[in-house]
Amino acid sequence: MSALVPLLVIIPLVGAAITLILGRYRRLQIAISVTALTAVTIAAAVLLAQVDSTGNPIVVKVGGWEPPFGIVLVVDRLSAIMVVVSALMLLGVLVFAVGQGLADRDRDTPVSIFHPTYLILSAGLFDAFIAGDLFNMYVGFEMLLAASYVLLTLGGTGARIRAGVTYVVVSLVSSLLFLGAIALIYGATGTVTMALLSDRIRELPLDVQVILCAALLIGFAVKAAIFPLSFWLPDSYPTAPAPVTAVFAGLLTKVGVYAIIRTDKLLFFDVPLTIPLLIVGGLTMLIGILGALAQADVKRLLSFTLVSHIGYMIFGVAIGTELATGATIYYIVHHITVQTALFLVVGLIERVGRSTSITRLGGLLKKAPYVAILFFIGALNLGGIPPFSGFLGKVGLFEAGAESPSPLVYVLIGAGVVTSLLTLYALMRVWNMAFWRPSEDVEGYESPLIESLQESPDAVNGSTTGVGVATRTSVLMVGATTGLIVMTLCLTVFAGPLFELAGRAAGNVATPDSYVDSVFPGGVPSDVSVGGPAGSGGAR
Amino acid sequence: MNASITLVVLMAVMYGTGVYVMLEKSLTRILIGFLLVGNATNLLIFLMSGRSGSSPIIDGGTADAPMVDPVPQVLMLTAIVINFGVTAFILALIYRSWWLSNLGDEGDDVIAGEEEQDAAEADQAHEFHQSLEGDDDAVRAVLGEGSGAGDDDDDEPSEQERDVMR
Repeated sequence: MSALVPLLVIIPLVGAAITLILGRYRRLQIAISVTALTAVTIAAAVLLAQVDSTGNPIVVKVGGWEPPFGIVLVVDRLSAIMVVVSALMLLGVLVFAVGQGLADRDRDTPVSIFHPTYLILSAGLFDAFIAGDLFNMYVGFEMLLAASYVLLTLGGTGARIRAGVTYVVVSLVSSLLFLGAIALIYGATGTVTMALLSDRIRELPLDVQVILCAALLIGFAVKAAIFPLSFWLPDSYPTAPAPVTAVFAGLLTKVGVYAIIRTDKLLFFDVPLTIPLLIVGGLTMLIGILGALAQADVKRLLSFTLVSHIGYMIFGVAIGTELATGATIYYIVHHITVQTALFLVVGLIERVGRSTSITRLGGLLKKAPYVAILFFIGALNLGGIPPFSGFLGKVGLFEAGAESPSPLVYVLIGAGVVTSLLTLYALMRVWNMAFWRPSEDVEGYESPLIESLQESPDAVNGSTTGVGVATRTSVLMVGATTGLIVMTLCLTVFAGPLFELAGRAAGNVATPDSYVDSVFPGGVPSDVSVGGPAGSGGAR
Repeated sequence: MNASITLVVLMAVMYGTGVYVMLEKSLTRILIGFLLVGNATNLLIFLMSGRSGSSPIIDGGTADAPMVDPVPQVLMLTAIVINFGVTAFILALIYRSWWLSNLGDEGDDVIAGEEEQDAAEADQAHEFHQSLEGDDDAVRAVLGEGSGAGDDDDDEPSEQERDVMR
């Protein structure tokens, strides 16, 4: 079983190499990348089943080196869940992208580079999820970021280069912060292996712990787009091609959230983070959703709701009980799925309606009833309407909050409810304008609803995004989107078992000792002075 | 942990100047800032290894010379490689944005339609050539047939002109 763990990273990387060589053979490229991601999905599912049945994390010592000296890969329930969900998303979006390429007859996508880059992004993502030491996690982050730079500026049009510059510079700064934090942690403890850090960090004075934790958190918060550090996101995501935006929105921010959960629960469990995280989480929710209300462009609107809903996850992390962590994990899974699906639906809307601005869309319910149904389900789900998983996730979070009551938590629950309603409002306005409004009414339409809306900055000179945009949709595109929407429904139908699974994963996460024990079965090596000036330990 | 004060000061200066330069608008300066901050971070990792100490036990004994902790150097090496790759990408980004701001989107058509343009240019050159010959004939007609030397004089600048136009 443990042989499957490195395959999660190796398969996509080998696939990337092969697809790069086969740049001229489009069909072979497609076949290889689909096969690679399918294989990873299966491997991840097997791992999840295995980890969940035994309850112990699977530890792989890469190259046979013992943990504090070599690299370890650790798959516990949380990692396995994240890998399975992201592999499914990557596969779905890949099918959509292939469909889009076929629908365009490959005229506008002259990108033999897409498949290799996409696979490297996957490899980096999986590496970050299963990394057992901080530096390996950094390397995983860098892999996926470097690939994301290329995907975001695909084709190199003016708008994408502009958006790309913002994104690249912000990501670089956050990576350097992360790297600096790793250096400081190494200086203080003499190791980067997370299991050993878990043991050593608790021996440090609390003020040192707080500084190290803050340094790491700031790096991750930029990636996860948490409030004061979130302004880069809505400016950079919407300009990319629809499938790329969908992957970024669904997965890249969640890697940051995953890293926050991991470091918070495994390394810095002594640091009192509840109050600062609660405040930041609340502000992320409210400011994000207020930004969404002002947008006319559906892609930008969804980017803002993405920022806003990161706030829920931070809320869950902040409460920090086992129940809250379980609800957070469920919410992350829900949000990855529904956000990716909605961005794909917008990709379809863009093609059917030739625009993504709700001031110009209209009559889509008649023109494309099937797309309308897909959007409606996704929107209700994101907005948190009762039967759907969005509602269940939020209820789980609020319940966890109510069980560890404090005035601030109740304020946050209130903020969460308001955010949820405003999300619903923003999405239903899109529904009213784009789907329900007859297309004859679009010219000269006046309504207080859309009076003060902000167009996306890139739409200024192009007037519509859709003039040159291809209008075909293919069966594959619609099929992939349907698949993801069905997955969000499955999250609802199988919410019971999934919530239990998330709860068990949270149980793992809440007891760092089980993680440490599985990496060091014979106990933590206390007198091994890896790193630091030899013989003098490290911490001062 | 002991650390060389020179390196600490150097790191601080690089961080300071790097952040300052990064705040500029120009992409090239951002790149320079990124390089400075990136290398300052590498120095930070290096500083975290402290001074050299007694060497590890290998084959039952230790080497006589003191050794420095190798792990931060490995981390640095990885970070340098990553920074190198990212720098290459930013350079490409800078070139592309320079291209777009100077030539606009039409710049791409120049490359894409280069062959067509070459053909069109060849046609133009041919027409021009012919018109020049026509001019020559007209000049000859005006000057009259008698002056053979003037004929040569006329030919030469027109030959040069053709080269310039090509």
